[in-house]
Amino acid sequence: MKTICFYFQLHQPLQLKRYRFFEIGNDHYYYDDYANEAAIRRLTDMCYLPANEALMEMIKNSNGKFKVTFSISGITIEQLEQYAPEVIDSFKALAKTGSVEFLAETYAHSLSSIFDEEEFKLQVKKHSDKVETLFGKRPTVFRNTELIYSDEIGDLVSKMGYKSIFTEGAKHILGWKSPNYLYGHPYNSKLKLMTRNFKLSDDISFRFSNWSWDQYPLTADKYIRWIAEAPEKEELISIGMNYAALGELNTKENGIFEFMKSLPYHALINKISFSTPAEVVEKIKTADVISSPYPVSWADEEKDLSAWTGNDLQNEALQKLYSVGERVRMCTDRSLQYDWINLQCSDHFYYMCTKHFTSGASAHYNPYESPYEAFMNYMNVLSDFLQRVEEQYPTTIDNEELNSLLKTINNQEMKIVKLENQLKSLKSTKESEEKSKKTITPVKKMVKG
Amino acid sequence: MKALMFGWEFPPHILGGLGTASYGLTKGMSLQPDMHIKFVIPKPFGDEDTNFLKIIGANSVPVVWKDNTWDHVNSRIGKFIHPDEYFHLRNYIRYDFRRITTDEFGCINFSGVYPNNLLEEISNYEAAASVIAHAGDFDIIHSHDWLTYPAGIFAKQISGKPLVIHVHATDFDRSRGNVNPEVYAIEKRGMDEANHIITVSNLTRQTVIDKYHQHPSKVTTVHNAVSPIEDIDRFKKTVRKDKVITFLGRITMQKGPEYFVEAASKVLEKTDGVRFVMAGSGDMMNQMIHLAAKRNIADKFHFTGFLRGDQVHEMLAESDVYIMPSVSEPFGISPLEAMQVGTPSIVSKQSGCAEILENAIKTDYWDIDAMADAIYSIVKYPAMYKCLHEKGKYEVDNITWEKAGQKVRDIYNKVLGWA
Repeated sequence: MKTICFYFQLHQPLQLKRYRFFEIGNDHYYYDDYANEAAIRRLTDMCYLPANEALMEMIKNSNGKFKVTFSISGITIEQLEQYAPEVIDSFKALAKTGSVEFLAETYAHSLSSIFDEEEFKLQVKKHSDKVETLFGKRPTVFRNTELIYSDEIGDLVSKMGYKSIFTEGAKHILGWKSPNYLYGHPYNSKLKLMTRNFKLSDDISFRFSNWSWDQYPLTADKYIRWIAEAPEKEELISIGMNYAALGELNTKENGIFEFMKSLPYHALINKISFSTPAEVVEKIKTADVISSPYPVSWADEEKDLSAWTGNDLQNEALQKLYSVGERVRMCTDRSLQYDWINLQCSDHFYYMCTKHFTSGASAHYNPYESPYEAFMNYMNVLSDFLQRVEEQYPTTIDNEELNSLLKTINNQEMKIVKLENQLKSLKSTKESEEKSKKTITPVKKMVKG
Repeated sequence: MKALMFGWEFPPHILGGLGTASYGLTKGMSLQPDMHIKFVIPKPFGDEDTNFLKIIGANSVPVVWKDNTWDHVNSRIGKFIHPDEYFHLRNYIRYDFRRITTDEFGCINFSGVYPNNLLEEISNYEAAASVIAHAGDFDIIHSHDWLTYPAGIFAKQISGKPLVIHVHATDFDRSRGNVNPEVYAIEKRGMDEANHIITVSNLTRQTVIDKYHQHPSKVTTVHNAVSPIEDIDRFKKTVRKDKVITFLGRITMQKGPEYFVEAASKVLEKTDGVRFVMAGSGDMMNQMIHLAAKRNIADKFHFTGFLRGDQVHEMLAESDVYIMPSVSEPFGISPLEAMQVGTPSIVSKQSGCAEILENAIKTDYWDIDAMADAIYSIVKYPAMYKCLHEKGKYEVDNITWEKAGQKVRDIYNKVLGWA
């Protein structure tokens, strides 16, 4: 029996404000609050709330048979908490139905899986903690930023305790194989791989409203028929997309919500079920292993990392940023930690990509006029950030020395606490002794007297 | 296809961008195998490159019939015109131009520059054009810039061949809006009479549509290109401690020199190890020297005076950043030349070249904060320099006159109904 695994990504970066070089050292607030609030509010009204409502209706009308999965970056959760708390409430309500699962990912929607393993682990943990506190259940399945995946990342994620990982059904890792199976990892047998069917996914997110598409208009009937007509043994259809596909990329007026709402009926009469990733891992057996020695992603035609690390600008920015990772993790300054997370967001590097501008047609939102401007602004902010890190821990001390110094300070602190406690207990014993002495002396006196 | 072009200047004796563009375009077009170009200029010097086109000096075209022997013509003006051609053209004098002062050959003595009696020279140029037009043997007429529009129109009226005019600049660019009514009248008449109008940028195209009331379908943009520099490797950047940021051009209101000085003072407030160079001369030079002194940056701000020939490329190659903050620039070839020698460029959004350049920084001419920020980034962040340096050079090397020439040819074909 076939099963569909729907999952949606919600990620909205914290945009940087226009930050000129003469502000370096003077201004330590980097974000464009107005633009960020506006973006979140717009998405909330166009997509998040109406789409959540539609999904809720689908779950209720199908008696919980419709299942859906979300992956929300930490940065987005924080922004929703600040600007649109009602969206968090509506996700909580969805979580209560039991038909909804949340995935783990990096807190900052970052590229740390490629550049900084330590940071990667911390961020994933931070994200899972956050999801657990909000929605009551700890994620067991992982998806990386923009579906970036390699064998190495898979192994790492499995060792961190996640059962399965989402990856792109890219031609160069699948070859002739179909994405509609559950796959295994080449050397870590515990990990399962779910490969996104990008054709069926893009049919909804990018082609649904496209009048010049030869399959326009797409109906639920037709869409499910495509899935039903796939070979019998292809059991798992993973359809993943940006949540903005419901309401923003395809507007309400184009009928996207009606399309979604009719899906469960057509699927169920065709004996196609819906599953969450955790159920998939339980129910379905792996068909084969696939190996991906080099990182893949779901971006563009290339499906690789070139959208973030394809030119000198991006490489310099990334290298400068991650060079201080170890140091920042040592510090406890909260605002520094906050900026560290937000500066890692992969979108900042995406804006510096030169290949989109040269190809002319970029469907992606970019607040900057050119990759050079994106780079300039980011580097100015980063320079200020690096200066602050430097002020906390000067580079004249190397990491190991710093670590031992910090340890000494930390140990001394603990020692002081310990000694203080000892002192206290000694004092109290002395006091009690004195008290007892005092109580004794009168007796003696009395005796003497 | 035979084209009769009217121009005003041609390398190596040039006074501005018009000559460079005329040369590049005709050379690019000459690569089309069936393209024959006759290029008329008021006064050739005899050392022009005539390998790919035929130069006709208007000053050796007879406009008044004079009796001369073959040998006499050959000995006196044979360097500029073949005596046979002289006598051939003499047969096509159809009007009485005796009111014009001519020499013993019946030719007009043009100055070839932009003299005070420019309007008179323009109308004399018309007279020479009439003789060439009567002599015929061309399919299309192409006039470069307003000085040659009257000649083009006259040639069109005589021959009945279509006229294409090429707008390299309008008086709105030169005067910041205070147009000279006489110049405007000539420009407007040229555009009205033309079968098609070519502009060097969309910016100029919009001016032609809005200010000269031309129908958009009649106006096409063909962006300028840049000719490859011969033996480009001789321009090297010497290693030096300080970074050099350069402004190069006429120091005049149109080029926005004051914004460069202001941006320099912003950068110098925060940054060491940078120097600013203002190369060129012009009516605002003294004012700029005063401004630099007033901003207290004179120790880091240098003037070179007018640069010519190779000095220009040397200066560009030695720079770390080239900046063109023009207030209004129909195209602006110099950033492309800077990028050819690998120097990152910052251009104002009010210049035509900003429309086609991708690997250059674009700011508004008045936005000195953005300009200062761009300068700072290029000198402080190595990846920024490297990326602009490599990708910029690659980009301009692919902006060729051959492609521009093909676009002009397409317009010819359309106008003639040959396509």
